[in-house]
Amino acid sequence: MSARRIFARPARLAAIAPYVWMVLFFLVPFGFVLKISLSQTAIAQPPYEPVFDLTAGWTAIHAAFAALSIDNFKLLASDDIYVFAYLRSLTVAAAATALLLLIGYPIGYGMARLPKRWQPVAMVLVIVPFWTSFLIRIYAWINILQHDGLLNQILRALHLVSRPVVWLSTDTAMYIGIVYSYLPFMILPLYATLAKMEPALEEAAGDLGAPPWQVFWLVTFPLSLPGVGAGVLLCFIPVVGEFVIPDLLAGSSSLMIGQTLWLEFFTNKDWPVASAAAIVLLVVLLLPLLLYERLQRRQLEER
Amino acid sequence: MTDELPRRDAGAKTAGDAYPAAGEPLLRVEGVVKTFGTFRAVDGVSLEIKAGEFFALLGPSGCGKTTLLRMLAGFEAPDEGRILLGGKDIAQALPHERPINMMFQNYALFPHLSVRDNIAFGLKRANMARSDIATRVAEMVALVKLEGLEKRKPDQLSGGQRQRVALARALARRPQLLLLDEPLAALDKKLRENTQGELMELQRRLGMTFIIVTHDQEEAMTMASRIGVMKSGKLAQVGAPRDLYEAPRSRWIAEFVGDINLFDAESKLRDGHRLVVGTRDAGALVVAEPREPVGEGKFSVAIRPEKVKLSRRGPVSETGHATAINRLDGVIADICYLGGTTTYKVKLDTGGMLQASVANSARLDVDAYSLNQQIVAWFTPDDCVVLPS
Amino acid sequence: MRKFSRLSRFNIASLALGFAFLYLPILILVIYSFNASRLVTVWGGWSLRWYREFFADRAMIEASWMSLRVAVASATIATLLGTLAAVALSRGERFRGRTLFSGMLYAPLVMPEVITGLSLLLLFVALDAERGFWTVTIAHTTLTMCFVAVVVQSRLGSLDRSLEEAAMDLGCAPARAFLSVTLPLIAPAIVAGWMLAFTLSLDDLVIASFTTGPGSATLPIRIYSEVRLGVKPEINAICTLVIALIALVIVLASLASKLSSAQGESAAPL
Repeated sequence: MSARRIFARPARLAAIAPYVWMVLFFLVPFGFVLKISLSQTAIAQPPYEPVFDLTAGWTAIHAAFAALSIDNFKLLASDDIYVFAYLRSLTVAAAATALLLLIGYPIGYGMARLPKRWQPVAMVLVIVPFWTSFLIRIYAWINILQHDGLLNQILRALHLVSRPVVWLSTDTAMYIGIVYSYLPFMILPLYATLAKMEPALEEAAGDLGAPPWQVFWLVTFPLSLPGVGAGVLLCFIPVVGEFVIPDLLAGSSSLMIGQTLWLEFFTNKDWPVASAAAIVLLVVLLLPLLLYERLQRRQLEER
Repeated sequence: MTDELPRRDAGAKTAGDAYPAAGEPLLRVEGVVKTFGTFRAVDGVSLEIKAGEFFALLGPSGCGKTTLLRMLAGFEAPDEGRILLGGKDIAQALPHERPINMMFQNYALFPHLSVRDNIAFGLKRANMARSDIATRVAEMVALVKLEGLEKRKPDQLSGGQRQRVALARALARRPQLLLLDEPLAALDKKLRENTQGELMELQRRLGMTFIIVTHDQEEAMTMASRIGVMKSGKLAQVGAPRDLYEAPRSRWIAEFVGDINLFDAESKLRDGHRLVVGTRDAGALVVAEPREPVGEGKFSVAIRPEKVKLSRRGPVSETGHATAINRLDGVIADICYLGGTTTYKVKLDTGGMLQASVANSARLDVDAYSLNQQIVAWFTPDDCVVLPS
Repeated sequence: MRKFSRLSRFNIASLALGFAFLYLPILILVIYSFNASRLVTVWGGWSLRWYREFFADRAMIEASWMSLRVAVASATIATLLGTLAAVALSRGERFRGRTLFSGMLYAPLVMPEVITGLSLLLLFVALDAERGFWTVTIAHTTLTMCFVAVVVQSRLGSLDRSLEEAAMDLGCAPARAFLSVTLPLIAPAIVAGWMLAFTLSLDDLVIASFTTGPGSATLPIRIYSEVRLGVKPEINAICTLVIALIALVIVLASLASKLSSAQGESAAPL
């Protein structure tokens, strides 16, 4: 028995309530998604069958299992709309994450180099927009980007363009929206690793004859890789499944997977196909999710 | 189980009834073993500590001294063995059930509580009356000279002041035994030396029993009346500072406690009360016969640097027993000036190196030797120690 | 000042541009909410007209009230559960099912909202639960308790374990040591966790869309359906009010945590 164990017993009891909650409202629902993704669409409420009825006895359950099919997954694989949607989601997420890294790194780096007493202020300044509503921030950009919005007004006043540029319903608008919404998620982990870095390391590299750009590439950047990894995963994973930003800012010609899922669910009322789409999305994200989970856990538990 | 424990004194009187008189055994550690996984951090330690002692556990990092201390405090429970305090086995008692308090290495002051509330923390847990708590806190504040700082928070204090709060907090409950885990490690050298004196003074005045853990042998020698040197989870030697220094029981202790010259023995010959030992590096050395006779195993001859004398011409024979004196010729190979003393490294003509520490008793360096100077080093047989390898 | 010289011109420029990018859109939105003109882009002088219109809009007011109730309820439950989870993870050592537990707590942080929303809806349908206030509250609690757990766990992780040992050494049983030493020290993180949960709930569109029922739309759902139809000045006013509310919560919470720990503990991340 050690001091840690003296604490461990009551601490473990604390796990019971949140554990039960998460099993009930996180794990079990996934079972439902999986099950319904293997069911047939039906014009009913709820709009799928077979519906498990535990009171119906063993033969009924057996019959229900027999009725499960992978037709929905076959549909997803054969229909170009879905294949393209997945590909588009992945490319948009990759491009947006690259943009975020490119924009977020100099900001995080600048913050880490601020005088010590200004750093908490800068951190609060990065976090505050995160507190203001996601939807509001997208809406703010619609204001700016619309046909006679502020951006076009400024461009015309400067005589850079002769007629209003179409910004809304383009990929440009969507990327602006994604970068704007996810920037804090990129900056904060970068700042956290850069701020922890010993300034003497950069000084030592300079002292040993490295010019500033080499100091950056040979010392600073490699040491900030854990932060880069956290930031990239923290942005990439949710962007793949993003719904609101492409829905409001991008055009409707090509959809991301979050949008098709939403459409299947709310417009077509095809719950089984929506569930199958969710399962595929989850499988696509499984690797980055596991990576992220390990990174988080190691960070928190090795303190 | 808790009921059998000696009651922790929470009242205004001094040590409780169970507290043994000074010099009587207070704590007995019997065959205590603690393993972490496959690592035996404490490997069969037995120890007795008397009431009123200032005992130091000394050893390099990882030797198990902190683990042993944490077992006394109750943060770890031994896998084997007993820990008896006033005759009662407390090995499995929880920390809050023991009449023992600890001063933590980084002080572990509660950052959300003021100096006063930090000191009163343990008293409140003992359900003391409010007025008694106030009296005791005032007494403790005065004891560690922190008057006027009662309302400060720990982060508004200097390192030295924090150390005092930690001490006052641990002393406030008047524990039967106070454990100090590297209490001075965070202080700078000058402050550390002053605090050493104050701690010793305090311990004598309160007549309390202190066990200190430290890796600093000078600190242990200065403060403790008895030292237990630990190595790889075992107690290598227990004794007064002087015993450890002048009569180390092994080569490892001799090297760990202070500096020492060691010469491996190749042959031995008995000559009355003396042994004549043949060494490769220093030739034949005459040493006093050790209390425990040397067996057939390997051994070495050890001599502390300050016991070695240097002169230009060799010892002047005062008593005519010049033969009984070890006399080695050599050349000064290195000089290290340390202020109060100078350490010379002498390259012996027989091949070995010998360190000699000479007090700088005169301000002008008329007596100093220079590099490459031919020299005679000498020491008496009684200054040599025979150590099994 | 050596620290100042480390700040290059490039650093200053990227910080200035970065913060301008983060704040200008919101600032513009707030300013235009006071625009008297019906045309969103033409400045017609200062006016509170759109605020009056908002307060006259029954559907919007009802949605706001619903959102506030859900946010307070779910943030409170989530703070309780999330704190318990953080304590179990950072003080519980090894226990059976620990890997699954921490996995379940970290996954929702990055899980696409469409999946979380869809899966919870399917559960509620299967349970035949009436969808509305409670289903949305449960859904938001599930999501936000994970954020609370991370915030509190990171504070617990950075706490010096010898403080708890010192409390036990001074006569506290383990539970008492937690209450009198650990809890006060992690209080700022718990407050921050509540705030985070509150704003996340107030903010959420996707999960609420899946889990709510007819007739109980939350504010983001209302705003979303309005925005889809085009920009309306009234939305600017609502957004400004939401921003003001969140700013108020942040200020109150930071004041509270200042009072509870006047020793200048650094605020918990996020």
